[in-house]
Amino acid sequence: MVGKGIIQGMAETARNFFGSYVSKQRLTTVQYPEERDPQIERARSFPFLVYDGTDPEQGLRCVACLVCEKECPPKCIFIEKAADKKPDVAGKPQPYPAVFNIDISVCMSCQICVEVCPFDSIKMDVVYDLSSSDRFGGLLLDKQRLAKSNEYYNAIHSTEAAAVDARLSEERAAAQAKAKAAAEAKAAKAKAAAEAKPAATAQTQPAGGDVR
Amino acid sequence: MNTIFLILAAISVVGTGAAMSLRNAVHCVLALTFGFTGIAALYLQLGAQFVGFTQIMVYVGAVAILAVFAIMMTHKPEPAKPSTFSSSWIEGSIVAAAVFSVLAWAVHSSSFSRQPSPPQPDATVQQIGVALMHHFVLPLEIMGLLLTAALIGAVVIAMDRKEELK
Amino acid sequence: MTHLVLLAQQLDQIFVIAKHWLLGFVPTAAQALVSAIISVVPILIVFPLLFAITTWLERKGLGRIQNRYGPNRVGPFGLLQPIADGIKSLTKEDIVPKTADHAVHFLAPVLLVAASFMGYAVLPIGRNMVLMNLNAGVLYFFAIGSMMELAVFMAGWSSRSKYSLLGAMRAIAQMISYEVPLVLASIVIIMQAGSLSTVSIVEQQTSYTGIWPHWFVFTPWGFAGFVLFMIAATAESNRSPFDLPEGESEIIAGYYTEYSGFKFALFFLGEYIGMFATSGMAITLFLGGWSAPFSFLTWIPSYVWFFVKLLTIISVFIWIRGTLPRLRMDQLMNLAWEFMLPMALLNLFTAALWHFMPAGLSRWLVCTALVVVPCILLSRGLKQRKKFQVRTYHYSE
Repeated sequence: MVGKGIIQGMAETARNFFGSYVSKQRLTTVQYPEERDPQIERARSFPFLVYDGTDPEQGLRCVACLVCEKECPPKCIFIEKAADKKPDVAGKPQPYPAVFNIDISVCMSCQICVEVCPFDSIKMDVVYDLSSSDRFGGLLLDKQRLAKSNEYYNAIHSTEAAAVDARLSEERAAAQAKAKAAAEAKAAKAKAAAEAKPAATAQTQPAGGDVR
Repeated sequence: MNTIFLILAAISVVGTGAAMSLRNAVHCVLALTFGFTGIAALYLQLGAQFVGFTQIMVYVGAVAILAVFAIMMTHKPEPAKPSTFSSSWIEGSIVAAAVFSVLAWAVHSSSFSRQPSPPQPDATVQQIGVALMHHFVLPLEIMGLLLTAALIGAVVIAMDRKEELK
Repeated sequence: MTHLVLLAQQLDQIFVIAKHWLLGFVPTAAQALVSAIISVVPILIVFPLLFAITTWLERKGLGRIQNRYGPNRVGPFGLLQPIADGIKSLTKEDIVPKTADHAVHFLAPVLLVAASFMGYAVLPIGRNMVLMNLNAGVLYFFAIGSMMELAVFMAGWSSRSKYSLLGAMRAIAQMISYEVPLVLASIVIIMQAGSLSTVSIVEQQTSYTGIWPHWFVFTPWGFAGFVLFMIAATAESNRSPFDLPEGESEIIAGYYTEYSGFKFALFFLGEYIGMFATSGMAITLFLGGWSAPFSFLTWIPSYVWFFVKLLTIISVFIWIRGTLPRLRMDQLMNLAWEFMLPMALLNLFTAALWHFMPAGLSRWLVCTALVVVPCILLSRGLKQRKKFQVRTYHYSE
C-alpha cells in the first residue's frame, strides 16, 4: 500500500516521543554535570600513588625503584630519589621519592607502570574531569596530588584492592614470622653459646693447679 | 491618485532604464524584474487585480527566473565591460527622439485621447473567466496548444540521448 | 445564557473592537493610514513570536523523537533558548566574501523576508480579521510566493561560491516544480467555492450538518487536495524531507552558505514565516480557516482556532522532519512531475464530477474511487519501473 512505510515510521517516532516521557529506555540521555553514568570496576583514567595509613608522606608505598619511569612508553613519569631513607609500614628504612611527577597530558593510560611495580604502590585512578586552564603546568600532577589513601583505592577498585591487601598482609605476616624465627634462632644460639662458655672454663681450671 | 501613479511610473521607468544601462547581466535582470513589479503595481492601481497578480506571478516568478537561469548556466563571470554606450550614440538618440515624437503626435491627435475616460469596468475574476470560456475560448485553446508545444519542445531538447551516446 | 453568547461574540471580535476604539482617537484624514498600520503591526509581532516558539518546539520535539532532551539549560525547559539564539545571531560577525556581489548579497534576505511577510495580507485569522479582502486573494498569495524563488537565486548567485550556486539551482528547480501541484491543488478549492477571495472561501466552510463542519478537507477531492498541498508546501519551504538544497550533510548550507550572523537569521526567519503562511493558506482553503471543528465549540474565539490549527500543522511538520530521510534530487523531481502532477489533474477532474453529480452516496463513492484507485495504480506503476538496472558506462566501452 502506498504510504504504509511513512505511516509506520511516523507511528514509531510518535512512540519515541511519548515514550520518552515515561520510560528511561526511550530517553537515555545522562545530564552530565549533574548526573553521571556509573563506571565499571575496571575503568581507568590516570595513575595515582597509594599510601597506607593516614600520613601521605610516611605511609607512601613507593620506594623510588624507578622501574615505572623506565618502563613508561611515552616517558611521562619523572622521579627523583631522596638522599635519605625513611621507615616504611613494617619499620624497615626504605628509600622514597622526593619528587614524583606524572604529566597526564602525555600519559596514555596503558597501565604498564601498574603492571611492573613490585610494591603495589602505583595504581590506576578513575577520575576523568581533570581539565585545567593552565596550559603549561596544569596537567603535571605532583606527589601531593597523586598520593591517595588505601581506603580510596579500596573504594574505587574493591576486588583488586582486596586482593592486593590480602597479598601484602600475607607477605608481611611471612616476613614477620621469618624475622621472629630468625630472632628465636639467634637467641637460642646465643643461649647455647653462653651455656657452653662456663662449662669450658670450669673444665680447664683444675688442670692449671696441678702443674705448679 | 496622481502622485501614486507618478511614483509607480518612476519605478517602472527607473527599473527598465537600469536594465538597459547596467553592466552586470544579473543586475540587469534584477532591475528588469523591479520594472515588472512597477508595471504590476500600475495594473493594480487601475483596479485590474487579476492582471496585476498574474503579471507578478508570470513575469517576476517565471520569466525572471528563466532569464536568470539562462544567465547562470551560460555566462562566465567576466570583468565589467568598460562602457555600455556605443560610439554612435548621437545618431541613435536622434532616431529615438524622432520615433518618440511621431508616436506622441499620433497618440495625442487621435480620437482616443479626446474621449472622456470611460467608467472603470468592474473586471472581476469571475467575469474574466466567463469571458475566456465564452467569447475568447478559441484564443484560449490556441494558447494552450502553443504552451503544450513549447513544453514538449523543451522536454525533447533536454532529454537524455542515451541512444546517440551508444 | 444569552449573556454568555454575547460575551463569546465580543471575545471573538475583541481585536476588531480594539482597533475601532484606537481609530477613534485619530483625525479622519489620517484614519486610512493609521488603520493600515494598526492592522499590520500585530502581524509583524505575532508571527515572529510564533517563529521563536516554533524553533523551541522543533528542537524539543525533534530531541524527544530522537531519544534525547532538547535544549533544557537556558530557561525552565529551555524556553528562553530562542532569546539566546537571537542574541547569538545578532552578535556574530557579518562576513561577506570578497568577490561577492555586495548589493545583491544584501538584498536577498531582505527580499525573502519581505515576500514572506506580504503573504499574510490575505489570510483571515479570525472572523472579520483579514488585512486585505482582495477579490483575487489566493492569486495574490501565489504571486507573492513566486517572489521567494527570486530571493533564493539572488542569495545563491551573489555569493560566488560553488556550494551556493549549486544549492540555489537545486532550490529554484525544486520550488518551481512543486509550485505546479501546489497551485493545482488549490484550484480545486477555487472551483468549488467559486471565488478567489479567501474570506468567502472560509465563509463557505463555516456551516455545520449536525456537529460535523463543512470543511473542504472532509470531501474525497478535498482530502486528496489537502495531502497534495501539504506535500507541496513542505517542498516549497525547503523543509525535510525535501531539504536537499540546504541539507547540512550534503551541501554545507546550500544557497545561504556564505551568510553569517543576522542575515542568516533573516533567511531562517523568512523560510519559517513562509512555511507559516503556506500552512495558513492550507488552513484557509481546506481546514475551514477560523471555524471550529464541532458545532458545540463555536464559543471559543475564531483566532484561537486558527492558531490551534496552525500549531497542529507545525507539529506535523516537525514530526515528519523527525521521521523521514531526505529525498535525493532526482527522487524529488520525479515525485513532483510523475506522481503529484497527474494526481492533481485527476483531482481537478474529480472535483468537477463532484460538482455536477447530484448530492448523495453515489457521488461520495464515485469520487473516492476516482481518487484512491489511480493513486494506488500510479504509485505501483512508478515503483515497478525502478528496477535495479545494470549500470552501463557510456565512455569506457
